[in-house]
Amino acid sequence: MDNGLWLSLAFYLLAATILGSAFLVVLLRNIVHSVLWLAVCFVSLAGLYLTLDADFLAAIQVLIYAGAVCIMVVFGIMLIQRADMKQTNLFNKQTKAAAGVVALVLAVTGYLSAVTQWGNAKTPVPKETVGSLAELMLTKYVIPFEVAAILLLVALVGAIIIAKEVKG
Amino acid sequence: MGENLFTGIAAWMRTALLDIGTPPLLSEFIVLLVKLLAVIIFVSLNVLWLVYMERKVCAYIQCRIGPNRVGPKGLLQTVADVLKLLGKEIIVPRRVDKIVYLAAPLLVFVPPMMAFAVIPWGNGMAPVEMNIGIFYVLAVASLSTLIFWMGGWSSYNKYSLVGGMRVVAQMVSYELPLVLALLGVVMLAGTLNINDIVNAQRQVWFVFAQPLAFLIYLTAGISEVNRVPFDLVEGESEIIAGPYTEYSGMAYAMYMLAEYANMMVVACMATIMFLGGWLAPFGWTFLPSWFWFFIKVYALIFLFMWIRWTYPRIRVDQLMGFGWKVLVPLSLANIFVTGVGMYVYRAIGW
Repeated sequence: MDNGLWLSLAFYLLAATILGSAFLVVLLRNIVHSVLWLAVCFVSLAGLYLTLDADFLAAIQVLIYAGAVCIMVVFGIMLIQRADMKQTNLFNKQTKAAAGVVALVLAVTGYLSAVTQWGNAKTPVPKETVGSLAELMLTKYVIPFEVAAILLLVALVGAIIIAKEVKG
Repeated sequence: MGENLFTGIAAWMRTALLDIGTPPLLSEFIVLLVKLLAVIIFVSLNVLWLVYMERKVCAYIQCRIGPNRVGPKGLLQTVADVLKLLGKEIIVPRRVDKIVYLAAPLLVFVPPMMAFAVIPWGNGMAPVEMNIGIFYVLAVASLSTLIFWMGGWSSYNKYSLVGGMRVVAQMVSYELPLVLALLGVVMLAGTLNINDIVNAQRQVWFVFAQPLAFLIYLTAGISEVNRVPFDLVEGESEIIAGPYTEYSGMAYAMYMLAEYANMMVVACMATIMFLGGWLAPFGWTFLPSWFWFFIKVYALIFLFMWIRWTYPRIRVDQLMGFGWKVLVPLSLANIFVTGVGMYVYRAIGW
């Protein structure tokens, strides 16, 4: 009953699910199936956060990505419904550009992971992460936080105004 | 009397497991598993009872008697109905998206069941204690939308598709005021932990401190579970049964039973956030805490049923207009007033 063994087992299972579902998102021809696998990918990513004791982040991941981003894609699909859904998520022939971008991404992430000093955290993860997150947001990262907050508020008020305008 | 009935059983089981030499971690795990299993069994049975209750309440409101033949007072009617539906064929129409079509009714019970894992059914009776309990419930509840839509889209039927579209539009629009209304309570309690929120209501229930938030939450909650007057999703006079149109047998029953499980989640959350959870009113502790919790939950469920059989359905454009033009601005105003009010309260040192 070694805790580390279970954690690494969970990690590999989750990693396999994430990679598998991400591949299916890209490879499936029917865009609806892609969205559903995208939701699976997001939820298993939340599971990965849970193994790192980041429960708040995991809840955010499920709420925002699986609960909202997937729904946005669903809205798009519903508005452009086609008779034949089998050919909605097609490949194109721009393999050279794609290969270049993929190589660049791999090089950058490979370089970054090579130069990062990997090490174990000295102290255990605090039990209550929400409070410390809030403190950081309102001290060190107050400007990005306020900008994002104002942006979201403007979007919300804008939605209300658009809804009112349609009637008149 | 009976206050420690369930916590006592859990404690007894833990010591019994430790006595026969089970390692502490494993026995803790077994106790947790039993707790979750108990909740799942309770919720499933409770859903059957709720269907019966709905039919009885509806019957009395319409001056009828309701089911009264199967079992004493008709109590076994729903059991008989479910057995009948189990025996029926699940028809899969020709051009449906087979896997998605059959997966949706299986998955539809997952979000409410996951939400029940953190509900404190009594003093110290939450199966899983979580620091961010409220947030967790909101997160798993937001997954329901996608599952209803899966059923609506995969059916390859115009009514189902329109129903699926309505599910997405309605649930997304009403999730916003629902979350914003709960935010007022979280601001007052200063925590996302469900137990701490209940304990913060020892002096005064939040329904009195946040009356507007309570009304917004109830309205948005009724809409989230797609019940009259917000049951546009399955408005039978327009789109037959919405996303469930093509389903038959047990697959259809799963959707119907899940609706009641979702209603239970909304009622439990309203009880915890606004009605003091398992706290006894006026210090009437002669009834155990879990009993008070159920009284409050069932009172709210009865209110939902009462509303359902009293009001007509609203139009789809009224639904969206009401959500965006009334509920969202009101809930934003509620947060603003709560924030200012907390500072004024502190400034005058009352």
